[in-house]
Amino acid sequence: MAKSDTPLLDELEKGKWPSFVKDMKQAAQKSPMAEDLLRQLELSYKDKIGHWKHGGIVGVKGYGAGVIGRYSDRPDLFPNVQAFHTMRVNHPTGWFYKTDALRNLCDVWDKHGSSLTNMHGATGDVILLGTKTEHLQSCFDDLSAAGFDLGGSGSALRTPSACVGPGRCEWACVDSLDVCYNLTMHYQDKMHRPMFPYKFKIKVSACANDCVASIARSDFSVIGTWKGDIQINQKEVLAYAVSAINIQTEVCDLCPTKCMEWNGKELKIYNEDCTRCMHCINLMSKALRPGKERGATILVGGKAPIVQGALLSWVIVPFMKLEPPYTELKDLIDRIQDWWDEHGKSRERLGELITRLGMRVFLRAVGLPAVPQMVKAPRTNPYVFFWPEEIQKEVK
Amino acid sequence: MPQIELAGKKYEVDEDGFLQELDKWNEEFAQAYAHTEDIEGTLTEEHWKLINYLRNYYQQFGIAPMIRKICKDLGIDMKKLYELFPTGPAKGACKLAGLSKPTGCV
Repeated sequence: MAKSDTPLLDELEKGKWPSFVKDMKQAAQKSPMAEDLLRQLELSYKDKIGHWKHGGIVGVKGYGAGVIGRYSDRPDLFPNVQAFHTMRVNHPTGWFYKTDALRNLCDVWDKHGSSLTNMHGATGDVILLGTKTEHLQSCFDDLSAAGFDLGGSGSALRTPSACVGPGRCEWACVDSLDVCYNLTMHYQDKMHRPMFPYKFKIKVSACANDCVASIARSDFSVIGTWKGDIQINQKEVLAYAVSAINIQTEVCDLCPTKCMEWNGKELKIYNEDCTRCMHCINLMSKALRPGKERGATILVGGKAPIVQGALLSWVIVPFMKLEPPYTELKDLIDRIQDWWDEHGKSRERLGELITRLGMRVFLRAVGLPAVPQMVKAPRTNPYVFFWPEEIQKEVK
Repeated sequence: MPQIELAGKKYEVDEDGFLQELDKWNEEFAQAYAHTEDIEGTLTEEHWKLINYLRNYYQQFGIAPMIRKICKDLGIDMKKLYELFPTGPAKGACKLAGLSKPTGCV
């Protein structure tokens, strides 16, 4: 039996789970770029170091974003990946495709690139992996002809992303697909032509289950919620109790604010204590529904650890009605970006800037009132301080 | 290291075409290189204003300025920036100004 060229990568093919090595080997049958990529990766595993050079600036006409330059630091060994640029293609909102659109996309990439794709990574975009500099413009032209556009990269507004929302989920409190599409179209300039201190991500989840993890992964999170009482169908609650779940231990006891009581016959919800986390609704979806007045909570500041540590987004608008054309939402985004762009240091994310200058300064700059829902860690020291002029001296 | 020949002189550049020996920059380099960044014809006064601004800032601070600062200091907007340099300020303008390749995140 012939000795494998990639013994270390071969290990990743073992087991029951899908393997990217298997996919790359399949692509390598017809793509010399994919073949060299495999061999370079094997060397990286052996040397315990990545063999891509740092950075690379390439692009297409009129755009400052959407293409990420990649060069091998061993072009002598792997000439077919000497240049191996990534193209980020804006995904259709909610990742709904027709098969012919996918076939078109793959045909374009077979023609111009390595044929390897990553659908979909953390950004949400269609990631097309590996093409040469001289193919960038023609590939972009073909993508445009097929109805696709590039997404955001670098210090730009990144491609907005949303959960499938009302497309497949009956618990959606906002039309996450429409919000995302509308913002994407409205902010084309900020996405294609980087102008910020660093990246800015917007993600839209239609309910607190937060299927796009907007709270952890975006500078500006829109999360669907409701006002008023959770709708209860007591008959269905009883049916759950009889057949499926232990309502006391699985629903009431696990409610984060303990806002529910179960007496064996009826479920009582103290809505004033509910934080609308969706736990009970998830467990008893036939019996409970979100309240009737729907909208979204707006949070800011989430990010993964790169320059500084990870942050979760925190609430700045407890409830906002979201209806087209989303003027209030866009105005808020504009005010926030303007303040961040003006005051942010290079590579400083929004959450880091708020931490550095203070929530009090941020709220005043974007014109939002301080409200109790903003308190991030209740019963610890408050982080919103009074302005000097708000403190009146006691006159005797 | 790749080499390019412009107006009869040879220059060392990186794989993206950024000048490697920054002290070799001269105006002929910028003019002769402009067509590779989708700029047709002669560089205008507006091009030079931006190129000189970038060079002065780089000499003073050792990095390229942030986009907002460019726009504010020169009184131009993003649209104008891309009209002047269709491949963008980071790629087109910095390259012609002979700055080292800007680093940024992907």
